[in-house]
Amino acid sequence: MALLQIAEPGESAAPHEHRLAVGIDLGTTNSLVATVRSGLAVVLRDELGRPLLPSVVRYRSDGHSEVGYEAQAQQALDPRNTIASVKRFMGRGIADIANREAMPYVFEDSPGMLRLHTAAGLKSPVEVSADILRVLRLRAEAALGGALVGAVITVPAYFDEAQRQATKDAAKLAGLPVLRLLNEPTAAAIAYGLDNAAEGVYAVYDLGGGTFDISILRLSRGIFEVLATGGDSALGGDDFDHRIFCWIIEAADLKPLSVEDASMLLARAREAKEYLTVHGAAPIAARLTSGERVDLQLTTEIFAAISQTLVAKTIQPVKKALRDAGLSVSDVKGVVMVGGATRMPQVQRAVGEFFRQDPLNNLDPDKVVAIGAATQANLLAGNRAAGDDWLLLDVIPLSLGLETMGGLVEKIIPRNSTIPTARAQEFTTFRDGQTALAIHVVQGERELVSDCRSLARFELRGIPPMVAGSARIRVAFQVDADGLLAVTAREQASGVEASIVVKPSYGLSDDEIAGMLKDSMAHVKGDAQLRALKESQVDAQRLLEAVRAALAVDRELLASDELARVEDDIVKLENAALADNRRQIMLAMDDLEADTKDFAARRMDKSIRRAFAGRNINDLDVESTTSKTGETA
Amino acid sequence: MDFNTDHFSLFELPARFRLDAPLLDGRYLEMQSRVHPDRFTGAGDAERRLSLQWATRVNEAYQTLKKPLSRARYLLHLADHDVGSENNVLMPNDFLVEQMEWREAVAEARTAGEHHELEHLHHRLQHDIGKRYEELAALLDDAHDLEQAADRVRRLMFIEKLLVELDEAMIACEE
Repeated sequence: MALLQIAEPGESAAPHEHRLAVGIDLGTTNSLVATVRSGLAVVLRDELGRPLLPSVVRYRSDGHSEVGYEAQAQQALDPRNTIASVKRFMGRGIADIANREAMPYVFEDSPGMLRLHTAAGLKSPVEVSADILRVLRLRAEAALGGALVGAVITVPAYFDEAQRQATKDAAKLAGLPVLRLLNEPTAAAIAYGLDNAAEGVYAVYDLGGGTFDISILRLSRGIFEVLATGGDSALGGDDFDHRIFCWIIEAADLKPLSVEDASMLLARAREAKEYLTVHGAAPIAARLTSGERVDLQLTTEIFAAISQTLVAKTIQPVKKALRDAGLSVSDVKGVVMVGGATRMPQVQRAVGEFFRQDPLNNLDPDKVVAIGAATQANLLAGNRAAGDDWLLLDVIPLSLGLETMGGLVEKIIPRNSTIPTARAQEFTTFRDGQTALAIHVVQGERELVSDCRSLARFELRGIPPMVAGSARIRVAFQVDADGLLAVTAREQASGVEASIVVKPSYGLSDDEIAGMLKDSMAHVKGDAQLRALKESQVDAQRLLEAVRAALAVDRELLASDELARVEDDIVKLENAALADNRRQIMLAMDDLEADTKDFAARRMDKSIRRAFAGRNINDLDVESTTSKTGETA
Repeated sequence: MDFNTDHFSLFELPARFRLDAPLLDGRYLEMQSRVHPDRFTGAGDAERRLSLQWATRVNEAYQTLKKPLSRARYLLHLADHDVGSENNVLMPNDFLVEQMEWREAVAEARTAGEHHELEHLHHRLQHDIGKRYEELAALLDDAHDLEQAADRVRRLMFIEKLLVELDEAMIACEE
């Protein structure tokens, strides 16, 4: 797979310390943590050797919580306080939740995101997810023997900004630095592609417990290029369980159920679904609290019939994604199946029929996402080994736009744009003497603002009074490689400017997060300052390492006086990092950053020139002989 | 390499409408694999910022050149023949009438749920678009008739929009 051996800027040419990084699949039903050890991605197991952690948290009245199998075991007994499939609630209000009445939870509607009443108090989905992540973090730290530099956490490709932000907040709360949120199908493609040295266009069909994703990727020469993505963030294996549940109620002619009975029957429904992956019929037997008995037989035919609309619902986004990618079924070389729900035979059949080929099942659908995430985490942490020369080019899943007159949406960045990306559009005032402009950032595909997600609002003030229509206000969107959006508005003539880094207005506020963080760290008092100092020392080491590596390769790009200044800065920063003064470290870092700014630009320039020089970039002599090339290596 | 160079120069390609697409793809990937922020996770702020700017720039250039309509508009822009936005161009009457007929046919088939008819329209329209791009290529690359080319581009802006509507109608029909 490796074509170019490149000593990249910012990457140490010399072997350095292996940084501990993990990939986490924070699933609706189960979660996993994986890491790369001795060049191999492995899933980390718990002390009993189990790779999965059920995404279930039980809150007890004594304030303690149980996570995983322990919590799952209590689910039927204590359904109200045992939160399962919390991923479906991330970044969501009450109105967004389907089948709410079948759930045993006591919801609280609060602005932005719903909350859950538990024996241990009111919990936000972010806190519940954080409890799951914390267990995984501890598992990883125990297995790897040290603190993590960071984690790549996977999210459904179709998650919007609010759901992504909620996931990031949960990680923060769990004490996990996030290297990147990675789309689940992309993670699977990385695991699959690197494993099989795959080339060509692949579709990843990812049906998890609560979400459905489809991604179309082009794999070529170690580059994973996401061409299009689509899906339904509220469709998954849980819905199949629910269909069986409804069928049981109808077939056994049951009266309205108690919370305990409903929870128990839902568990039976799930068991029946799993049984049907290898059997032609599943017996469903249960005894309700009233003493009433349920004794039914669910055949694969009935199951296929009652779930047909769900399966069909996954095919529509597949078609749309193919259209967006400008491709047809015949262009797809392979279909990778991900997520436990793809084990259902009717799903396998429907996907096979649509793509006119058998789906690929040679990777464990439960583990493949975590494995891909671990691989990306290893790369982002800077543990790149020779031959690890692959790159991921991802897209934004949903269009980003602005509200215009009449509650309409003007799309600024269309869905499936490769990130990082930027785009600007000019607007004008509509009233004479108008001095302010309200900017409302939205996400979604629909034409009306009311049908899209509201992401942020801000105002550009201080526009000089002018005749309506004569102000020229340029609104620029920049989406970085993490998919995070920054919006800037600027009146061209006067230069007045306003900007915002978009943080969804209905997620948790920074204050709320800070409050939760404080609660969770109540027992480790006074370490905030120490933590900040440690962080700045780590940052300083990173910067030093980066600059030293850059000097090792490109020293000649600096004039002798520039070099002397940089070397002087290095010594100062080294000394500052040894002392315990955070402020001094920051100042020394600022100096080094400032004195290497031009150097960075020259190095980037050189690197870009070399893009066309091709062949082995480490071999500097090559450059002079390939000033002009017609091939692309 | 000048950050503000034009998109063609960025990829060291001739500024023409006819394009070696695989060559563009290859150069795009090559370039992105040098400048992408994931290559600079351990670098200092300045390098990370530059990387973000360059990766954004390379994406923009690639997106512009990849699609024929935006490539043509960009070529005209380079030659100071901006075609203006979709919403404020005056088109000849016969063209508008033709467009209206197309739209009516699409709307009718959509309301009647005639997927087959939509597919047929789709096929015809794509054929029509293909021929128009060939004509545009000749105007831009051979005849260098920018006035005429700009006119053809404006027409294609309407027609590409129609194609999107047709796509949407087909999806709506399937649902």
